[in-house]
Amino acid sequence: MSSAIQFDPVRLPEEAEALRVEVRAFIAEEVAAGTFELGQPGRAFNLAFSRKVAQKGWIGMTWPKEYGGQERSFLERYVVNEEFLIAGAPTRVHFTADRQSGPVILKYAPEEIKRKIIPRIIAGECTFSIGMSEPNSGSDLFAASTKAERTNEGWRINGQKLWTSTAHQADYMIGLFRTSPPTSDNRRHGLTQFLVDMKADGISTRPVYFPDGSHDFNEVIFDNTLIPDDHVLGEIDGAWKQATAELAYERSGPERFLETIQVLIALIELIGPEPDSRAAEGLGRLMAQMFTMRRMSISVAGMLSAGKEPVLEASLVKDLGTIWEQKLPALARDLAAGLPFDRVGRAEFQKTLEHAIRIAPKLTIQGGTTEVLRGIIARGLGLR
Amino acid sequence: MSELSDLIADTSERIFHDLGDPQSVINSGDGGWRPPLWSAIEEAGLSRAMVPEALGGVGIPLAVAFDILRIAGRHAVALPLAETVLAGWLLGRGGISAPDGMIAVAPTQRHSRLSIDDRGRITGRCDAVPFAGEVSHFAVLAQNGDAGCHVALLSADEVAVDAGHSIAGDDLGTVICEATEPLAAAKVDGLTQDSLMQFGAVARAMQMAGALEALLDMSVQYAQERVAFGRPISKYQAVQHNLARMAGEVAAAVAIATSAAYALEQGSELDEAVLIEAASAKIRVGEAAGEGAAIAHQVHGAIGYTMEHPLHRFAQRLWAWRDDFGGEVEWAERLGRVYASKGGLGMWPTVTAA
Ligand SMILES: Cc1cc2nc3c(=O)[nH]c(=O)nc-3n(C[C@H](O)[C@H](O)[C@H](O)COP(=O)(O)OP(=O)(O)OC[C@H]3O[C@@H](n4cnc5c(N)ncnc54)[C@H](O)[C@@H]3O)c2cc1C
Repeated sequence: MSSAIQFDPVRLPEEAEALRVEVRAFIAEEVAAGTFELGQPGRAFNLAFSRKVAQKGWIGMTWPKEYGGQERSFLERYVVNEEFLIAGAPTRVHFTADRQSGPVILKYAPEEIKRKIIPRIIAGECTFSIGMSEPNSGSDLFAASTKAERTNEGWRINGQKLWTSTAHQADYMIGLFRTSPPTSDNRRHGLTQFLVDMKADGISTRPVYFPDGSHDFNEVIFDNTLIPDDHVLGEIDGAWKQATAELAYERSGPERFLETIQVLIALIELIGPEPDSRAAEGLGRLMAQMFTMRRMSISVAGMLSAGKEPVLEASLVKDLGTIWEQKLPALARDLAAGLPFDRVGRAEFQKTLEHAIRIAPKLTIQGGTTEVLRGIIARGLGLR
Repeated sequence: MSELSDLIADTSERIFHDLGDPQSVINSGDGGWRPPLWSAIEEAGLSRAMVPEALGGVGIPLAVAFDILRIAGRHAVALPLAETVLAGWLLGRGGISAPDGMIAVAPTQRHSRLSIDDRGRITGRCDAVPFAGEVSHFAVLAQNGDAGCHVALLSADEVAVDAGHSIAGDDLGTVICEATEPLAAAKVDGLTQDSLMQFGAVARAMQMAGALEALLDMSVQYAQERVAFGRPISKYQAVQHNLARMAGEVAAAVAIATSAAYALEQGSELDEAVLIEAASAKIRVGEAAGEGAAIAHQVHGAIGYTMEHPLHRFAQRLWAWRDDFGGEVEWAERLGRVYASKGGLGMWPTVTAA
């Protein structure tokens, strides 16, 4: 039977809801203090804000105490994450490290490296980037050709990463490099994960601008860059084995459906308290869809905190979530078109809408395209 | 879940599979499967799953009782099981014992109304009542002006039924009461027609979630077996992606339906949180029903478009069930008004409070 797909009803525990109250108070204080403006999309880079989040103990909050973490539950982290997303808080400094890089380091780095880096992430002063894609390796990650060659001093890196978000602001990158050719029976063989200090010699970073002229993407060139031996993360040539469990964390969080949520908030303002039936129906559907996704996402978070590896479920959340957040601006635009033009909130709505329409295309590409994701789901269903 | 819920799930699964398997139902060519299936359901106590312990029920947690309906959905069970289960709950709210046999509930649409006069007689008309022509009793909710709602038990002999059929071919009729004397009636404080609509919506959402699960399994299995151009069609990316999309719809349906059932168990049906869960479930599962049935048909090709194949028993019931107790549009309007009243910044606290 369909017991293959599991989404049990999970509710956030009391301590998570208590934490929510704290997070909301913190956000209100920081907005009042002028640290950031409510509802700004795009997770701005703001060191002052990240330091304050760190003081609260909300970066790396699920990590072991011996490295400075709080050992709080994955569901508590969920609450902090979703509250920051809804507020449009500027979490760029620590977002990637908190979600992905920290857990990878905790799992695969040697002890001294963990002791050196994890506390810095937790302090909100260490930004990470992800170096996987290359000019000729996107969806097909296993085509990566940037080389890491073993020498007496360590590893020498040569080649190029592309589309590397935040590389220009990052202290470290977790890079995927070729250490051996693929074998005839396993084309995934031969890639290794490395911790890269972005200040090392032989690394140059060049901006690649988004269509709106903003800068987040980069090209990163490695010219004989030296990486010490103890910066190898996990098994040499075996990076492909390390991906699956991490991806469940990466795929199912609230950021997978809340990326354009500011449009919905602005739309509700525009609609006002007494909607006509068209606006009411449209809004009701959007809310039912969003509410359902949140339930699914929390259900996956519950499974993760219970030590399960819901890879299929996480992929389903990401597929539904990214498609939804991508469609949301268009649906909101249609609903708004049915309302009188001179409504209060129109200018604000329009500004938010335009931003969302511009960023919508990337939502089903970043972190693995819809097509790739559906391939993973199909495998989970036993079709391939 | 608990041992009890596992036991109930296993029992339900076995009964529906052994006596109500859709392929056997089709092959039988008549309604001969109905009496044995219904007897087994009654004997196992499934139809009384929501009867309160004080009235002779066995005290099954509400979410588990709803899960019986999901399992029934997995077999496209076309008997008034959900109706009789709901009747047990509704009558229970009025302290009225549910009789044996099949019971329908009314109203099942927001615009339908029954009223009860000061002498306790019930009058009104209810459209689109599932199984109205097949049951021996009706459990109804009737309003006494502004003085509140009553729950009543009516004998089918005392009401007029204009019988018809749903899109699935199941019995569906208009029920007309004209100063009908109920067998029993009781005023229930805090109960509204909304309460019944919510319970019914969640029941249908659970049935639909189950039917969607079954359709997904059926479609995945068929894709692995069917060969075209020398390969199983499951190897074609277009087919894989259709099924992946369907899996997303099924997952959404299961997640929100079970969440709403859990919410009804934990909360009071007057809570806004419960309204939000129930409305979201009926809307989102209804949407999934349309998408899921369409993809299942597409994957099956012509064989799925035949009387002899079981697919239609699921697809047609999905199309019928999404209309009962309010369709997507009706619930969406309702839900949209709730959120609109909160304003932009009030939306999120409303979501997290549910
Ligand atoms: C905003 C943004 C931020 C990003 N940040 C980072 C980052 O920080 N670090 C990083 O390493 N990368 C990053 N990326 C890159 C991202 O991971 C890749 O863009 C993505 O994996 C797709 O690769 P590609 O762009 O080369 O497209 P391609 O792989 O060339 O794909 C092009 C099209 O072909 C389709 N396609 C490809 N293969 C198949 C197949 N087998 N079956 C069916 N369809 C297929 C794809 O789905 C897509 O529609 C980012 C991308 C974006 C948009």
